[in-house]
Amino acid sequence: MSALPDVAPLLERMAADLTKYLSYRNFQNPAFVGIHTGGVWIAEHLRNQCLPDAPLGTLDIAFYRDDFEQNGLPPRVRPSELPFSVDDRHLVLVDDVLMTGRTIRAALNELFDYGRPASVTLVALIDIEARQLPIRADVLGTSLTLPEGQRVKLTGPQPLQLTLNPVAK
Amino acid sequence: MTPIPSHLQLNHQGQLRHFLSIEGLSRELLTELLDTADSFLEVGERAVKKVPLLRGKTVCNVFFENSTRTRTTFELAAKRLSADVLNLNIQTSSTSKGETLYDTLRNLEAMAADMFVVRHGDSGAAHFIAQQVCPDVAIINAGDGNHSHPTQAMLDMLTIRRHRGNFENLSVAIVGDILHSRVARSNMQALHTLGCPDIRVIAPRTLLPAGIEQYGVRVFNDLRVGLRDVDVVIMLRLQKERMQSGLLPSEGEFYRLYGLTRETLALAKPDALVMHPGPINRGVEIESEVADGAQSVILNQVTYGIAVRMAVMSMAMAGQNAQRQYNQEAQHATDH
Repeated sequence: MSALPDVAPLLERMAADLTKYLSYRNFQNPAFVGIHTGGVWIAEHLRNQCLPDAPLGTLDIAFYRDDFEQNGLPPRVRPSELPFSVDDRHLVLVDDVLMTGRTIRAALNELFDYGRPASVTLVALIDIEARQLPIRADVLGTSLTLPEGQRVKLTGPQPLQLTLNPVAK
Repeated sequence: MTPIPSHLQLNHQGQLRHFLSIEGLSRELLTELLDTADSFLEVGERAVKKVPLLRGKTVCNVFFENSTRTRTTFELAAKRLSADVLNLNIQTSSTSKGETLYDTLRNLEAMAADMFVVRHGDSGAAHFIAQQVCPDVAIINAGDGNHSHPTQAMLDMLTIRRHRGNFENLSVAIVGDILHSRVARSNMQALHTLGCPDIRVIAPRTLLPAGIEQYGVRVFNDLRVGLRDVDVVIMLRLQKERMQSGLLPSEGEFYRLYGLTRETLALAKPDALVMHPGPINRGVEIESEVADGAQSVILNQVTYGIAVRMAVMSMAMAGQNAQRQYNQEAQHATDH
């Protein structure tokens, strides 16, 4: 079993990379959007590090998933909350684990039902390189190759830790 | 070895597949439904008030009884879930109800409908359809006779939960024509299941059903006693045709004894919620100043009704999908 990285140093580097990226792209006055649940923790952390005054929203993408026909609704759906106008805003979309890219596809669709953002920057803590869609992170903690049949999960919010779990059947 | 559905409304995994009555559903399931409705309520505040959950599905509103509000909120709920919606208003022929119902629904099923929202004047019509006519189509009961109106009950529960947080310490009074009210029946069951400790029904003896005690409620014939210190007052609509049936002396008499006025509302807790399933009869069961007053949440109920119906429809569709997959896999296993 491969050792999982500590979250804290990853977050520190991501905060620095994100600041650099936003300034390089001249994305001013962005708002943060975390995807439930782990993405919200990471988004909160990065917001506090980079731009403590920036607004923070949360997304539960359950109503936009592409596997409703197969898997129905997840057991607990939380309301999405975006306490700011999305129109013409630069958004920083944050998730914990980037895998197939399907969650991000759903999140983008949901965001566009709130309005027309100026841009969306994707930030992820971990990239499990198993993409099924043309999506990549603009700012990334690290990439991981997982042992067969394992999933990585972020637990938190205090402390934020990565754990390996067998894939649920 | 194969699990047997424990209840007509549930699939092999205990998920909702039809929504016919509150009876037989667990507190966990009702709570899940309210939680899901909370999330749909937020969708109604967006620029685009639509989510893609039921894209490609066809929902038929099959109404054998007229109802503007219930039908339009079901229609809006289905459209906000991205389903295609057919509305059918069918005047029931009194002689061949059973046959008409059967043929109509089989025809709709042949058009590949995925869900029927059914309102019918006969108690048990939705059960009959789910059991005998179209078990593979998700059936949602939008009111059947005097029996049940489960989505109305759940929108009432959502209203109470959003304004009072929970049900654990509440006194809730249901006032009016309990005998003919499917809303009252479903509400008593929902409040009981969700753990409300003090459910009161307030009505004249002539408008109370026999065996009302089985619902775990306290019965009052005097409004002024029954309303004392309640947290929530649910008024029922008085149907004018009851006046002619000899069950009631007169409209004026009913209003004097059972009408919710500023004076009688003052007997409840100072911040008591005033609810009504609509349409309201001003000056018959409720005073205009109370219906439009600060304690009234009657219009909030309408808004919550859309979210609750979105939750019911998406959960029942998910349950039906899971059941179909399970049946296909079972069929596949026996074929090989």
